Formats: sequence, C-alpha cells, structure tokens
Amino acid sequence: MFLQQIINGLTVGGVYALIALGYTMVYGILELINFAHGEIYMIGAYLGIIFLGIFTTAGLTQYSLPLSLFLTVVLSVLFCSAYGFTVEKLAYKPLRNAPRLNPLISAIGVSIFLQNYVMLTQGATDKVFPHVLPVTTIEFSGITMTSLQIIIIVVSLLLMAGLHLFIMKTRTGKAMRAVAQDKVMASLLGIDIDRIISVTFIIGSGLAAVAGLMVAMYYGLVNYSIGYIAGIKAFTAAVLGGIGSVPGAMIGGFVLGLIESLGAGYLSSEYKDAYAFIVLILILMVKPTGLLGKSEGHKP
Amino acid sequence: MILEVRDLTKTFGGLKAIEEVSFRVRHGIILSIIGPNGAGKTTLFNCLTGILPPTKGRILFENEDISKKKAYEISAGGIARTFQNIRVFGSMSVLENVMIGQHSRSREGLFTAILGTGRFIREEDEIRSKALEYLEFAGIRDYADTLAENLPYGDRKRLEIARALAAEPRLLLLDEPAAGMNPQETLELMDLINRIREWGKTVIIIEHDMKVVMGISDWIIVLDHGVKIAEGTPGEIQNNPYVIEAYLGKEEVF
Repeated sequence: MFLQQIINGLTVGGVYALIALGYTMVYGILELINFAHGEIYMIGAYLGIIFLGIFTTAGLTQYSLPLSLFLTVVLSVLFCSAYGFTVEKLAYKPLRNAPRLNPLISAIGVSIFLQNYVMLTQGATDKVFPHVLPVTTIEFSGITMTSLQIIIIVVSLLLMAGLHLFIMKTRTGKAMRAVAQDKVMASLLGIDIDRIISVTFIIGSGLAAVAGLMVAMYYGLVNYSIGYIAGIKAFTAAVLGGIGSVPGAMIGGFVLGLIESLGAGYLSSEYKDAYAFIVLILILMVKPTGLLGKSEGHKP
Repeated sequence: MILEVRDLTKTFGGLKAIEEVSFRVRHGIILSIIGPNGAGKTTLFNCLTGILPPTKGRILFENEDISKKKAYEISAGGIARTFQNIRVFGSMSVLENVMIGQHSRSREGLFTAILGTGRFIREEDEIRSKALEYLEFAGIRDYADTLAENLPYGDRKRLEIARALAAEPRLLLLDEPAAGMNPQETLELMDLINRIREWGKTVIIIEHDMKVVMGISDWIIVLDHGVKIAEGTPGEIQNNPYVIEAYLGKEEVF
C-alpha cells in the first residue's frame, strides 16, 4: 500500500514538477505569476489528441507507432512553445514597465481567453485520448505499475536533468541566471533581455506540453478546464519548493505528488485536491519562501 | 577621438539632470568626471551605456551615433561599465560572473549547446581560460570557484571590473570604483586602472576620492548641476577658481 502510493505520487509529482518549472522560471525572471501557464499545459494535451488523430487518419500510426508518437511530442512541444512565446509578446511584454499587478491581471485574462478558445473550437465535452500505446502492467510484490507510469517518471526526470544542465552549463542558461538576478546589469554585459525572456517562455511551455501529453495518456480524458486545477497545483508545488528556484520546483512537484497520493491512500481520496491547498496555506503561514527559496533581498 | 558627446541633455520631467554637455575623449586616456552629488555624473553614464535614452544631443562612439541604441547593443559595440553599488551576480561563482561578461563575444546558440557539439565544448573551454586570465589580471584568480556573494567588499569591486573587461570593451566606465575602499585597496585599485590603460583601453571614471582623481587622470571634467563648468589637466583643475568655488568650497581639500 505504502509503496504503491509512492509510485502513484511520483507519477503525478513528475507532472506537477514539469509544470511548476514553467511557473518558477518565469517568476525568477519577470517576477510574474503566469496564471496562463496551466492553459498551455491543457493545450499540450489537446494538441496530442489532434496530432495523433491526424497521424491515425493518415495511416502513420499503423505504419510506425514510435515515429508517430515522436512526431506528436515534437509538434505539440513546438506548437505550445509558440503559444507561450506569443502570449508573452502580446500580453506581458507591453506591460513590462507597468505596476506588477497589471501583468498579473493580464495573465488571468489570457487564462480565461485560452480556456474559452479551446472550449469553442474543441467543444465543452471530454475528449478521449486514443489508446495507441499498449499499456503493460508490472506486478511486483503487491505493487502494480503500468508502463505509462514508468515512462512519466523517467521522462520527467530526464527533462529535469536536461534543464538543469542547460541552466548551469550553457551560455544561454548562464544568461538566464544573470537576467534573473539583475536585468540592467545583464543587458550591460551584452545580454538581450527580450531574447532571454522569450527563451524562458519557450522552454517552460515546451515542458508543460510534455506534461499535458503524458497526463492525457495517463488518464485518457482531456477537457478544456484541466489546466486550471493542474496550474494551481503546479503553482503550489513551485511555492512549496520556493518560487523562483528551479531545483525547488522539481522537489516541490514530487513532494506535492507524494502528499496527495499518500493523503488519498491513508486519509480519504475524496479530499485529494484539498491536500494541495492545505499545503499551500501551511507553507504561506510557516515558511513563505518555500523549501529552497531565498527571502527576497533588495533588488536594484 | 574614441568618444564625442555633443550637446547632451537629459531631463526628468521638469528637472534638467544634464544640460547641453559636450566633451571629447581621446583614445587611451584616463578621464575623470567629478562634481558634487546630484551633478548628473551617473545620469551621464546611464546615457552613455543606453540605460537611459538622452532627451537631446548625440553620443558618438568611434564616430558612430549610439544615442538611440539599446544597452546590450552598446555593450556588444565596445563600452562596458561598473556601478556605484556593487552589482555582481551573487549566486554565481566568481568565474561564472566573468564568463557572463563574455556573453556577446561568444556565438554559441541554443541547439549547439543542447547537442553539446565539439565547437560548443571548445568555445566553452576558450571562454573559461579567458575568464581566468581576466581574474588573474584583476588579482582574484584564487577565488574563481567562490560564490560572488561571499567575496570581501574590495574583491567584489575587482570582480565587477574583471567582468566588465571580459566584455572586451574599448571604453570602460567606472562609477566610483574607490568608494568604500581602505587606503591599501585604493592604491591597488589605482594600479589596476593604470594597467587597464596600459593595455590600450580608454577609461572614464566618476570618483570622489581626490587622491585617486589627481593621481591617475590625464584629463578631468567638472560637472555641477548638470552643466560642465570646467575641464583640463589635474593641475589646471586644481587651480581653477570656478571649480574651487562651485565644487570644492575650500582650497585645502587638495
């Protein structure tokens, strides 16, 4: 029972972490809570259905399933990145020098817009994700694990490791860290701030797209409103880990996933969604900077 | 002439921070800008580096008008600066801070970085060894792997200069480099600035410490209330009655 809940917790936790990274990276650089980020994740899930549908109709899935899955992932990531990029350019960039509340309200507006846009174009009812991936179940001393769970955990860990290397080792990653600490100084060292902000949105949206795809496969159902609750939970994960901290978002995602599934297993699954919010309230009361966050000193 | 400022004016609402200031800077000299607080010195630096757009006037850097360029373009074009208050990237190592300085001098893109191509790895090694040279030059190589926020004050100031040098500027602007330094650190700083000039770079500094200003400057410009009231060699400025009256108040300061 305990190990079973751990496996379940790591599965949803990996997804939360992937979405939380988008929140925390944008916050780190713009000090903006991008409330439209959950919607990007939802769009990722829909894009997965759309592209797989196209490939099935075109006969590509029968021809080669791995190839069509690969193309689905790549295209969904590309489209979601384009959505994220466009949202920043249209809704946040013009408000770059406005008071901090303005882009926040703009973000909520984008979130409402994207939800309704998907509802109008895709319909308000649940969509079924095609069962293309053969799911095998592994039983091991009383624990059941599906192949999909293993894929979700492994893919999220790989993406996080990749992101970590990117941020720590590459020139663009260093520039991102520099921009997060001091935008003016970074621009004086030859870093194009607008470009770094765009890269941040592109990467965050790409990760959300992968999360959306995997959840759509895992639960099999997609709906225009899934971005809201997933977004809030990922936001909680980001706050739990310390908003602005990339490793914090990773840890926060997994911790939140574990709390949820252990709570559902041992207390009551009725209140599964409430645990996230209880956690959020507790952190804000006890340690508002989160597990790895630093208290915000003076920013010049 | 490496830099030519023509009738530069910067206003904030009704306040004239800089009023029709013109001056020319010869290649390879150390120029000091002095003046009482609020004279417009830092505003001038902000205009030169693209942080603030000038209200009027032109800034010619190597005969090219840069007054409408963005900060990162000016930096890539060959002007670097430090700030009055230290602005190192605290949560990065000393070495990383300097590597960031070379940002616009390297070309690696997103995909070569992700793919870890040979060219990327070679370029990284090059940037790293160059960064170490700059640290050596500034005398803080031993701290390469220290987090910048853990450096002592004087060394953080050196780090700022090393990072600015890493951007390979031909013109370096230093805003109060000696502020908060003890006499020993100040002497070392003057030596560092002299070595930067010997390296062929032009340096403009804003400084209140008159020992530094008189000790290293080839030319001095005096600003007061946004207006240039005098310029000349240290000897001329020390004996200029307007400067003494407007800025120094008493002759004994020197």
